[in-house]
Amino acid sequence: MTYLAKPKLHHPELPQNALGLTRRDYEGTVSTLCAGCGHDSISAAIIQACWELAIQPHRVAKLSGIGCSSKTPTYFLDKSHGFNSVHGRMPSVLTGANLANRDLIYLGVSGDGDSASIGLGQFAHIMRRGVNMTYIVENNGVYGLTKGQFSATADRGSKSKRGALNTDESIDLVLLALQLGATYVARSFSGDKTQLVPLIKGALTHQGAAFIDVISPCVAFNNHEGSTKSYDYIRDHNEAVNMLDVITVQKEITTDYEPGSVQEVRQHDGSVLRLRKLASDYDAGNRIAAMTHVQSRYVEGEIVTGLLFLDAGAGDLHASLNTVPAPLNELGERELCPGSAALAKFNASLR
Amino acid sequence: MRLESVNDFVIKFANVNGSGSASANTLFAKSILRMGVPVSPRNIFPSNIQGLPTWYEVRVSESGWLGRRGGVDLMVAMNPQTWDKDIGEIEPGGYLFYDSTKPLAKERFRDDVHVVGMPLMEICNATYTDARQRQLFKNIIYVGALSALLGIDTKEVEKLIAEQYKGKEKLLEPNIKALHMGYDYAVASLPPIGLHVRRSDRVGNRVFLEGNTAAALGCVYGGATVAAWYPITPSSSMAEAFGRHCRKYRSDPATGKARYAIVQAEDELASIGIVIGAAWNGARAFTCTSGPGVSLMQEFIGLAYFAEIPAVIFDVQRAGPSTGMPTRTQQSDILSCAYASHGDTKHVLLFPEDPKEGFEMAATAFDLADRLQTPVFVMYDLDIGMNERLCEPLAWDDTRRYDRGKVLSYQDLEAGKRFGRYLDLDGDGVTWRTYPGAHPKRGSFFTRGTSRDRYARYTEEGSAYVDNMQRLLKKFETAKDYVPKPLLKRAAKGSRFGVIYFGSTAPAMDEALAMLEGDAMPVDALRVRAFPFQDEVVDFVSHHDHVFVVEQNRDGQLRTLLVAEAMLPSDKLTPVLHYDGTPITARFIHKEIAQRLKAFNVTPLKRTAATGE
Repeated sequence: MTYLAKPKLHHPELPQNALGLTRRDYEGTVSTLCAGCGHDSISAAIIQACWELAIQPHRVAKLSGIGCSSKTPTYFLDKSHGFNSVHGRMPSVLTGANLANRDLIYLGVSGDGDSASIGLGQFAHIMRRGVNMTYIVENNGVYGLTKGQFSATADRGSKSKRGALNTDESIDLVLLALQLGATYVARSFSGDKTQLVPLIKGALTHQGAAFIDVISPCVAFNNHEGSTKSYDYIRDHNEAVNMLDVITVQKEITTDYEPGSVQEVRQHDGSVLRLRKLASDYDAGNRIAAMTHVQSRYVEGEIVTGLLFLDAGAGDLHASLNTVPAPLNELGERELCPGSAALAKFNASLR
Repeated sequence: MRLESVNDFVIKFANVNGSGSASANTLFAKSILRMGVPVSPRNIFPSNIQGLPTWYEVRVSESGWLGRRGGVDLMVAMNPQTWDKDIGEIEPGGYLFYDSTKPLAKERFRDDVHVVGMPLMEICNATYTDARQRQLFKNIIYVGALSALLGIDTKEVEKLIAEQYKGKEKLLEPNIKALHMGYDYAVASLPPIGLHVRRSDRVGNRVFLEGNTAAALGCVYGGATVAAWYPITPSSSMAEAFGRHCRKYRSDPATGKARYAIVQAEDELASIGIVIGAAWNGARAFTCTSGPGVSLMQEFIGLAYFAEIPAVIFDVQRAGPSTGMPTRTQQSDILSCAYASHGDTKHVLLFPEDPKEGFEMAATAFDLADRLQTPVFVMYDLDIGMNERLCEPLAWDDTRRYDRGKVLSYQDLEAGKRFGRYLDLDGDGVTWRTYPGAHPKRGSFFTRGTSRDRYARYTEEGSAYVDNMQRLLKKFETAKDYVPKPLLKRAAKGSRFGVIYFGSTAPAMDEALAMLEGDAMPVDALRVRAFPFQDEVVDFVSHHDHVFVVEQNRDGQLRTLLVAEAMLPSDKLTPVLHYDGTPITARFIHKEIAQRLKAFNVTPLKRTAATGE
């Protein structure tokens, strides 16, 4: 039951972060998803990432659309305000929320149906606008809540549980995000926590549009032979281009990587992203190269994961709109209302 | 016969879209205002940028009637495409002003109309070599000629031109020259006409402005910081005006940074989504659109109603259904806004009558949305939105404070104030909310479009659902205490007949009421300014034997709402409907009501209906 909070009895020796909070302080209510659902692993990774970054839970706003993935924001960060909006339209709600208060951290959680089918338009435009956010798609290629129909990310030629063949071309949201100007683009796998947690941390510290496509097998409807989003298929075809480590400003920077194979990038908020290269020919600073690499590996049947593109100097929508540093929702009459004297002048110009 | 009138006539300009006539025509209208005589101009334009017919109708009225009168006394026929139709509209004894450069066959004219021909093209061709100049100055030349014919002081026109070209003095000189060229020609060569403008003092300190500009300024004064919109006629100019006002009034004086955010969204769904997201997060936000946009926003409007999020929506109505007549006016979105979205919903509607009330209701809409935590529609239309109207100066009380409604602050939460997002603590159906990020431990909740209990927890329990839906009804009752009251205009000695009207019908109705009074057929009038309807509306109907409901749509949408929501007897409410896309006129209202009143007095209504009279 989603309204049942987990018991908050803390083990006295649970590790605490810089705020003195344990991982339990970042949890939500009990998940109602199927046992073994990839989405629950992503929720756990979000909890872990927020805890490690010592983010104040109430300073996060979590927004989602409709679908299995969009239900998950109740399963983490219960001290955060959440907004389960309408199907495919979370991006516009998140955009508005972000405009109202630029000081919060915005986490959008969506699914492949929500973002690539009904919500493709809003997905595209939020990336174009460069809204400062972390946008996670929990991608299983299938509609879970309505019992197993294909979504737009299902690969052409993949088989549904009932044996139907998908004859439509798939949409790769990573490629779209790259083309549309997202400044932090990654792909990962719900079953690979070691890779996923740092990618979420990097996205949360990124001061621009961060997108992570997380392949998340649906144990009920898309984990069978012939599926290209099953646990087995992803494990067999995953090609990680790099491994990420996120070092926040508070932490001392220590090096334990081979020199030459590590790329360090400092982001606007001071955090350092340390990328350990796995594929020697991969450059995460080159948007075009990233698109080419993802596509050329796809043709070979490989799914490229890792931090695929990063523009550490990214701006965001507030920069484009040149808004004041103070959150707009904190401005009052004094800053907003021009008053009667200005109105008298305005009237005078209309006679 | 020859029409003779001082300060009371209608002049209509028939032009070609994109020919530069708009600014010359506005100049003409304003020069009459500067003579102290009220005018009311209306643009009648096509959904087109260049080449199609466009009209500008100026009503000159010493008595100050600002509605459309109907009929034309002087036609300035500058468009050969629409010649026959334009000539046909002139009142018998009226005047036709036209470009006589090319001779026209006698049968193209009317015997009962006085013709004033001026070789405009010939004059332009002789004076200017550049084609664009010939076109633009032709407009100013006819303004000069009309000034002479009507007796408008050219000094006033010159002043207006000077104001327009302030800082662009190079353009000033040739315009003044063209004006006098037209004026001098008319004095020397054109026959006098019977229509005249005489200096008066009936304008006072009133202002002349467009509804969309006024409403946009109301949003600035009302504290809106986030606007999201998608271009659609006739609302686009409101979003653009908001941008202009913001750059002027909302830039941080020290840094020049914006105290506002405007997003031209990818569609209307995104526009309302952005508004809802911003309002959820504590900013005042609005979108402006027209009927098709409201259709697209339906799902989100239901979310805002059910999840109780403030949202201000301006519907600058145009003629529907579907794309309809996108540049013509109507009041035909009343029902689609009142009940927008699936499931049981009801929304607050405001009905401004003119730009001044548009300004006021725009600002008020944000207080109402915050107070009631629900979508609020400002029901504008093209007639108000895209025309300049003479109205009382805009006013603002500097002691006025924004009503942000029931919001628990950090201090409230820290002090342990009770909080349940959908828990009715005050008995008015309006519950307390918190902004995201308010407090580390208290006040967080999950906003959703699914059913929930009083503490915002998901539930499909029937009793919890009903409890919530009933509270929403109670909240709608509460809204009656906050929305603007209807305004009563009683006939001099009262009447057993009444008329209900709203929005842009007001100026035509004011005049129609005077006409009816003049005919010894007085009626009492009630201008409805908001939905939900207050008791005053019910009382008005019960205190009259019969009530006419005047609207600019086919189906009598306000009447339907009155019957459904105020439980008023439908047989007591007679619809008077005008919906051809042009603004309703006093003559139309007068004729319709007078005819029916006669039927009421002379023959019983049933017989009239049976004989079809």
